[in-house]
Parts: sequence; structure tokens; C-alpha cells
Amino acid sequence: MKLPEPREAVDRPIYLRYRYRASEQANRFLHAIKKGKILGVRSVGTGKVLVPPPGVCAESGTLTPQDLIELPDRGTVLSFTIVHLPIPNSRLKPPFVVANILLDGADQAFSHIISEAELKRVVIGTRVRAHWKPEAEWDYGLENIEYFVLTDEPAVDIEQHRALRLEEAARHA
Amino acid sequence: MTATEQRLEAEFELGFTYSRSLGPVIGTCFAAFAQKRFLGMRRSDGSVLFPPLEYDPDTAEALSEWVELGSSGVVEGFCWVKQPREKHGELAPFAWALIKLDGADTPFLHKLRVGEEQSVHVGLRVKPVWVAEPLGDITDIAAFVPAAEELTS
Amino acid sequence: MRDVAVVSYAQSPAQRDAGGTTDVEMLVPVIDRALADAQLTRKEIDFICSGSCDYLAGGAFSFVMAVDALGATPSAQESHVEMDAAWALYEAWLKFQCGEIDVALIYGFGKSAPGDLPDVLSLQLDPYYTQPLWPDSISLAAIQAQMALAKGCFTERDMAEVVAASRRNAIHNPAAQLKGEFDVSDLLKEETFVSPLRKHDCCPITDGCSVLILASAEKARALCERPVWLRGINHRMESHFLGTRDLTTSTSTMKAAETLKLDGDKLDVAELYAPFSHQQLILQQSLKLTDNTRVNPSGGALAGHVLMAAGLDRFGAAAREIWSGRADRALAHATSGPCLQQNMLAILEGA
Repeated sequence: MKLPEPREAVDRPIYLRYRYRASEQANRFLHAIKKGKILGVRSVGTGKVLVPPPGVCAESGTLTPQDLIELPDRGTVLSFTIVHLPIPNSRLKPPFVVANILLDGADQAFSHIISEAELKRVVIGTRVRAHWKPEAEWDYGLENIEYFVLTDEPAVDIEQHRALRLEEAARHA
Repeated sequence: MTATEQRLEAEFELGFTYSRSLGPVIGTCFAAFAQKRFLGMRRSDGSVLFPPLEYDPDTAEALSEWVELGSSGVVEGFCWVKQPREKHGELAPFAWALIKLDGADTPFLHKLRVGEEQSVHVGLRVKPVWVAEPLGDITDIAAFVPAAEELTS
Repeated sequence: MRDVAVVSYAQSPAQRDAGGTTDVEMLVPVIDRALADAQLTRKEIDFICSGSCDYLAGGAFSFVMAVDALGATPSAQESHVEMDAAWALYEAWLKFQCGEIDVALIYGFGKSAPGDLPDVLSLQLDPYYTQPLWPDSISLAAIQAQMALAKGCFTERDMAEVVAASRRNAIHNPAAQLKGEFDVSDLLKEETFVSPLRKHDCCPITDGCSVLILASAEKARALCERPVWLRGINHRMESHFLGTRDLTTSTSTMKAAETLKLDGDKLDVAELYAPFSHQQLILQQSLKLTDNTRVNPSGGALAGHVLMAAGLDRFGAAAREIWSGRADRALAHATSGPCLQQNMLAILEGA
């Protein structure tokens, strides 16, 4: 019997469709950001303000309450990195800064980018504010903030800031 | 912010665009499909596995003795799908069948196109309908049909 | 061997669709209840282990987010299986045997509503010969039913009786999804769905979660009035290739029963994880159960089927029978894979 030459490999793409529904708190966060507002929530377990509202506080394992808190669009850079390589499917052109930004009144940072013009001036503790896209372009997502820009305020001592935040959280816990 | 805010929903599709290495055993079996042939694998007890596997599922022994199988077989077990799911790729009701090819001792799963449920039974003789241009894959067999029917693609 | 006991169990209601509620939001209240029943806090758990599957809802690393429900900060000893949580329980049991832990919290969760579950389950099949055809889980079970019926292992009436009994038993289970009095003859009048299966022969699609707490002997006696002792546990699996298996029986279940020296005649209760009515009959026959054993007093998986937790639920339901005093000796069974490919058995005792 003559055996054929074995085939080496086959393509096996798998596609699955899903229907996603936003959770109660994600839904409220997304509706608010559509209107240019940022919502967070105070954990009943730790007293810390989490943004976006997660539904469950990971530190204490408690459900986060339904009354959400509006937060300002200003904050402080907790940490950052300068990206020099292009990210596939991203409109961002390197180099650019990705920063963990702690909004004023919040205890949990989230990642966003900082305007490329200010690449060299960013340090830990730098004060930043949101630069929003034109209102007509607002959708249900944090991309409504195009990037963050530096403010005129002096840089903040992060350790001191953290200590103050922890004191405030403890008062609410 | 109101309680009547519409619940946001989104449909999305996840794609896992894998390619898979076949190895010498499955690779040979698939290459034989491109020639519209069925190759089985003999086990040490003399029985023949189809589809061929690299190792004996009972004894873990490495297998290498190829056996040319017949081009038709019989139904050993089946179910009747009244409403094909989109993923099945069938337009009309059909049967899933465990089919034992002539010369093989183990049945394998494929689709069986028969007009109606009553026509399917254990022991029904069936033959493959090959796609127009077999590439060397399990999907080279579009489906099986009763052996009494003419081959149509 | 170290003695290990079930000291607490809680489950969410079995719902067809939990809507936007996230996995972790479902879990928190159920974990709270399981802990409260054992008068434990999150910080007293030595080891957490979960079972879930990201393909169900299409969310990557959902098991990592689920850990949020445990308040696992600054850190916790944690593990996860991409299997039913019964296998997470098995991993935890091994950790007890290694002498590493005294209290373990096991949980399983699944939201099947966002996806197309029967298609998703075809990803369990071998990716070369079988999966590319997309045979769904119901069709594969239907072939198994056809073969067992043709062989005379049982009748369609027997299958309908399993369904009627499941829904009747589920009347007393507040978490059940499908329950009520159903007439066997009426069930048999229904049309077939994927022949020979009727819709009622198939488990429902369910969103939900379950939590079970295990403890070592000394702890268990302190935490629980009547600890449910895990007297033996074994799991076996069969070939992935359907054609090399006898689908009309459960070889792996028989092998596990043999290893445990299980006497099918000496069980007060058996909680069997049978996603399809005929699979319960195959399991009963493979285990040689007699009329002395009440099968699935909870209603079983036909009354509510949280994929990835339904096996753990059999442990929980069997433990409840012992806690209530209705049983002294129970069997918990879990399965995974197409057509009962893998099976786990555990013997639970009240004393």
C-alpha cells in the first residue's frame, strides 16, 4: 500500500458569538461617561473609593453599594512608562506615556495616556487633568478622554498623598 | 443618572485563529482524504482503528501498521437533528451517525444526510459524499448518504 | 489518610439568565452564606480552589476576577481548574492529604446564558477529527441514548420517569430551576427534540454558582454539629475518542466504584450528575444501585444545571441529606466531558 505524504498542518479557526450585558454599576458608569462624568464608589469594607465602580471590592470581598460618587477629572500620576513600540491596531504613535492616574478623591488608579507633547515632563506625582474629545464624539467609554495633560500645579509627594488617603478611608470603613 | 437608564448590551465574536500541526499519523490520514481514501490503524489485538490514532487507547502502545479501508460503511448509532444549528452547516434535518467503515472495528462520527428520520437505522449502509476539491481534512467529507443513493456533491 | 469533612455548602438560585450580574457579584452573597453557616471569616480560609470555564461567557480570565469575591488581599493560597468544581474539591482534598491546610473553600460558577452552550461544549472534542464538524453536546448525548435504547438497557418511559422524579424532588429545593408534578404519559407525548431525546430529557441552561467548605477533622468538629466525612474519593476518565468507548455503560464509573469498594446496595442517597435523563439510568446501572437508595433528592442536574458547579452541587446536596438526618451514607458523583467521559465518585458519611 502506498501511503500519501502526511499533511503537516491545518487551519482550525474557531469563532463563537456572545451577548454581553453591562452589570448594574458598569452600566451606570458608562451612561455617566457618555455625559462627561466619571463615577466611582466607596467600598463599605475598606472605605476606599474605587473607579470605575467594580461591583465587588477585591480587598474586602464585599459588594460595592449602589450610591455612586462623582469624581473630578483631575488627578496625580502614580507611575508611568514610555512606550516606544507601536501597539497593533492602536491609533497611538510612539513614543507616548501610559500612566496610572489616581483621580482626586479616589484610592484606585486607572491607566490612561498622557499627551505626547509632555513626554519629558512627566514624573511620579505629576498633576494631570483630562483632555476630553469634542462632546459630539462622546460614547460609552473612557476613550471620551482623549488623553491627560499636565496642570500648572506642583508635583505631589505620592507617599504623603497615600497616607492621607488611607486615613480618610479608615474614617469611612 | 436615572433608574430607567437603558441596560447596555453588545454582541461580540471571539475568534481563535488556531492552526494545528497534525503529526505523521493524523497527517497521513488527512492526506489520504485528499485522495478520497480511508486509512485505518491496526492495533496489536488485530483490530483496526478508524480514524487512526498514534497510540492504542487501551494499551498506550505506539501504532504504525496502516490498513486500507473500504469506501463505505454501516451506521452503529445515530440521532436525528430536526433543527440544524448554524454551526452544523446543514440546511435540512439530518442525522449524526457513528459510522463503522468496512475493514474498521471502531465507528467514527460524521453527518448523515437522509430525507427522513424513519430512513435511518442501525446497520444502514452509507457512503461518503466528497467535496469537489478535497484538501486533506475531515471536512473533505461533506456528509455520508445511504449507499443506495447516487453520489452527488 | 487525613480525615476531611464537608462543613458548609451554599448555592445561588438556578436561573436561566442572570442578566448583567457578574460572576463575582453572584459569588459574594453565596460565599457570605457558606461562611456564616460555619461561623468563619474570609481570613480563616487556608486555601481556595475554583472551577469555571472562560468559554461559557466569553470573558478572558474570569476565574482571576472571581477571586475578588474572597477579598484575597494581601494574598491568598489559591488554585483553579478548568473543570467542574468537583475537581477543584478533589485538588483541595489532595492539599489536605499533603498536610498543608485545615480549611478550604471550593467554589464553582458559570454563566452560560451569554453564549451558545451546546456549540461551546463541542470545544471539548478532539480538534482534528471531531470538533471541526461542530457536533453539539445534545446531539452526542442523543446518540448515546439511541444506542442504549436499542440495546434494551432501558426504555423511553424509564427516561421520562427520571424526569418526572427529578422535577417532583425539586419541589423541595428552593434553588431549583425546573420543578413540579409531571405525568410520565404526558411527558412521553411531547415531540422529540434531537431524537430520541425530548427537551425535558436535557438539563436546562443555567446561570449560577455554589460554594462548599471542607475542613480537617479537628476543625470540622469545632465548626459543624454533624460534619459530613469524605470517606473515599476517586475519579477516572475514558478515551476522548467516542468510537473506542462503549457509550451504553459507564466504564469509568464502574472502575471508580471498584476502587472505592463501593456497595451500591448500602447507600441511603446517591446524588448523580446526569445532564441527560438516560445518563442517570446508565449511572444507576453502572453503580448497581437498588431501591434502597434514593436518587437525586435535590432534583439533580435536570432541575438546574450550573455548568462548572453542578458536580460540586452533588456533594452539597448529598451533604444536606446527611445534615438533615435523612441519610447516614451518601454517594456524590460528578461528570465532565461528552457522554459521561469522566466520572468522579465520593462516599460521604455522617459518622
